[in-house]
Amino acid sequence: MIELSEVRKVFNQGKPNEFCAIRGISLRIEAHEITVLKGPSGSGKTTLLSLIGCLARPSSGRITLNGRALSGLPERFLTDVRRRTFGFVFQHFNLIKGLTVLENVMLPAYPAGPEWSALRRQAQQLLERFGIGAKAGYKVEWLSGGEAQRVAICRALINDPEVLIADEPTANLDTKLSREFMEIVRMLKEQGKTVILTSHDPVVFAAPVVDRLIEVRDGLIAGGA
Amino acid sequence: MPFSPAILALTASSWIVVFLVLLAAGFALQVVRHWDIASGSERQLQLERRTYLISTILTYTFAIEIVALLLYVYNAEQMSPQFVGAMCATGVLNVNGYGWPTLFLKIVVFFLAAMWLMLNYIDNKGYDYPLVRTKYLLLLVIAPLVAAEAAVQTLYFVNLEPDVITSCCGSLFSASAKGVAAELAGLAPKPAMIAFYGMAAALALSGVWLLRRGSGGPLFAGLSLVVFMTALAAIVSFVSLYVYEQPHHHCPFCVLKSGHDYIGYYFYVPLFAGAALGLGAGVLAPLRRVASLQNVIGNDVRRFAGLALVLLGLFYAVATWAMLRSNLVLLGG
Amino acid sequence: MLTFIRRQKYLIDYTLSSLLRRKTKNLGLLLVYTLIVFLLASVMLYTHALQREAGIILAESPELIVQRMVAGRHDLVPAEYLEALRGIRGVRAAQGRLWGYYYDPVVKANYTLLVPADRALQRGEIVVGAGVARTHNMGRGDYLTLRAADGKAMPLRVADVLHHESELVSADLILLGEADYREFFRIDAGLYTDLALQVRNPREVRTIAEKVTRLFPDTRPILREEILRTYDSIFNWRQGIVVVLLSGAILAFAIFAWDKASGLSAEEKREIGILKAIGWETSDVIRMKFWEGAVISLSAFLGGYLLAYLHVFYGAAMLFEPVLKGWAVLYPAFRPVPFIDGLQVATLFFLTVFPYTAATIVPVWRAAIMDPDAVMR
Repeated sequence: MIELSEVRKVFNQGKPNEFCAIRGISLRIEAHEITVLKGPSGSGKTTLLSLIGCLARPSSGRITLNGRALSGLPERFLTDVRRRTFGFVFQHFNLIKGLTVLENVMLPAYPAGPEWSALRRQAQQLLERFGIGAKAGYKVEWLSGGEAQRVAICRALINDPEVLIADEPTANLDTKLSREFMEIVRMLKEQGKTVILTSHDPVVFAAPVVDRLIEVRDGLIAGGA
Repeated sequence: MPFSPAILALTASSWIVVFLVLLAAGFALQVVRHWDIASGSERQLQLERRTYLISTILTYTFAIEIVALLLYVYNAEQMSPQFVGAMCATGVLNVNGYGWPTLFLKIVVFFLAAMWLMLNYIDNKGYDYPLVRTKYLLLLVIAPLVAAEAAVQTLYFVNLEPDVITSCCGSLFSASAKGVAAELAGLAPKPAMIAFYGMAAALALSGVWLLRRGSGGPLFAGLSLVVFMTALAAIVSFVSLYVYEQPHHHCPFCVLKSGHDYIGYYFYVPLFAGAALGLGAGVLAPLRRVASLQNVIGNDVRRFAGLALVLLGLFYAVATWAMLRSNLVLLGG
Repeated sequence: MLTFIRRQKYLIDYTLSSLLRRKTKNLGLLLVYTLIVFLLASVMLYTHALQREAGIILAESPELIVQRMVAGRHDLVPAEYLEALRGIRGVRAAQGRLWGYYYDPVVKANYTLLVPADRALQRGEIVVGAGVARTHNMGRGDYLTLRAADGKAMPLRVADVLHHESELVSADLILLGEADYREFFRIDAGLYTDLALQVRNPREVRTIAEKVTRLFPDTRPILREEILRTYDSIFNWRQGIVVVLLSGAILAFAIFAWDKASGLSAEEKREIGILKAIGWETSDVIRMKFWEGAVISLSAFLGGYLLAYLHVFYGAAMLFEPVLKGWAVLYPAFRPVPFIDGLQVATLFFLTVFPYTAATIVPVWRAAIMDPDAVMR
């Protein structure tokens, strides 16, 4: 479903501190699978993840999503594609402080302008599904790490995306919570979602549900592809 | 130069607008020169982000321009007691040779700005920004006009000598005087009315055609402009007479006064908005041949054209109503 | 269309909650903004109110006043002129007027003494303006003693106190009968201070004024519209000067707004980064910021204008009173009739909201173009 061919990403182009984070990667990610990008920090796996998830545009090379070329799209349209196709769970969850759990979950849908009551119902249902429905009215700063991550997952799923992307999802969790997270991932896969993760945590990449492991090193694919 | 707050506000804001538009035009020049949508280079990314700044600046400034157009007329209206012979805005605009050119420039800028905003709106829906060069070239046309407008307006205000004896609507729009205004006023009411309603019918037909077939855009745009001008001529030549219920008072500004229930606003606001939308819809319609706009443009053009027809229809309705309720009889029998 | 409106509602909703989360930061901006609007609006409302009052008063005055000039100075007019003026075509009526000034050394104030045309007063009776009544602490039936031109003290009984809706002109007024007036100032029966003409057709005032000067070359006709014009330009000029003086404050405010808008805290930057990462587009962020500006501007504008309105029309402009009105010892208690003028509101909007908006465009844009993947780095 997602195909990268000869993708490069250069930062600070033309400046003395020019830095090539991704140096020509070709890769195909299948739908309904769980893919893990593995590699040490600084290997370029997060940059690769942001390219796959349309958060950034490659400096060169092509990215296609279900056959449609994305690499030449301006940010305005890329965002639209991203909002409908991808849901993101960030390493530090990145919830907005001062807002309630429910508001945080609803936030990604605002630019599309859905009907408020429908959106609210949907958000509440998601929260119920992940066992935190009772906390809908709480401010997010009162949540524990595991709860915050579930809120982040609900937020990622509010626009009903095909693909869930998570960057180092277990970095801030203990082993028990990490296992619970992988359980959620398995559940999502059963529902037909595609999941892409980055991690160097064995709980993640060694989990039996993972379909494919890709190792990234120095901006290139080292193995598994 | 009279030192009133309204004049200071108009002058200052028009120069700020010039500054902002020139800033935007400068960016636009860079965009036009280095634009390469296929590239993923950082420069292209920066240029794309610049386009947001340009659009934002222009949206704000053009909104201000519209308010400034109203304020300009309104200010002229209120200054009329300060000039000997001036009874309304006409007299104040007549005080020196820059008053009317300022107004005309403001109207031209209004139409071009409206067109730019519509182009921008459509362009933002095409995934490869197909109109980038067109709209920024148009901006390069608008920028000097905005500057000229600010300059002429400043000249107008600086040269407003309070002891000048000016001539007001009574003499400017009188059938016996000379000049365009007088000729408009001197139009025989019957042919003028036929032209007025005839143009409406033509525009409606062309509008229906455009809505049904999606073609005939340029004709619709042209007709919108013609209707706009015919309507202005009609207001001077006979509509105003019905409003004032006087067979010789042809002023296009006095209709804005409270004594006539501010009916002028109901004339001009739909007329200006409708004509601008019609012009935009007509100009945009042929762009449906652009690949990336194929799927989006039809709806938008229909919406603009439909809204234009509604607004212009509203104008015609208000004008007709004003004539019907009047006690004045212009056409015998 | 519905989606469009809903989208704006979401953005406004987010903006409001984001503003409330940063109360202290925004409160400062809001206070300064409101203060600027308040100052400008007060000055404009106040001077405009003076202008309007003057207009209302002048509306009742005659269209044409004829004064006699002797050696370049205003002199008394002989009554014979009246007959000749009445003969001019288009003159509806002509009256002689009697008025003058009197300096009262006791309270160190100037009074205006006037013989009213529409009110016959008994000998020894006067009607006084509210200002005069206040300074002398007088009411109906009290006596006011003035020193006449021949040095004799003249006791006058107060028959009434004037209550004008805005005392601006009547505060220092003393009305008295013609006989008393002539005795007081020692003016002969055949002379008037000046003459007032009523004209049949207002458009002919100028022609009639010309005829008057031709008939009596030693006179000076004064047109009401000319006085109005002078008032208008003087008051506009006054407002303009104040605006110019305040333009420094507006500029400072714009710079302050610029600074506030560009100096985003780390927290705010993080928030915008998150919004962009979870699917908000650059123009959504710009729109959200637009609503933020609109909310702040609208609150400041309405708040400032309302305060100014109360200050000028119900608080008697107490902050400026001594500065703007201090030409007379007898302060008129100036309670102008409240009004809202469209041009003025629009002007005020241009002078405050527009600079704020212009100053914040670039900072807003700069905040909005943050990389969506910034939060992942």
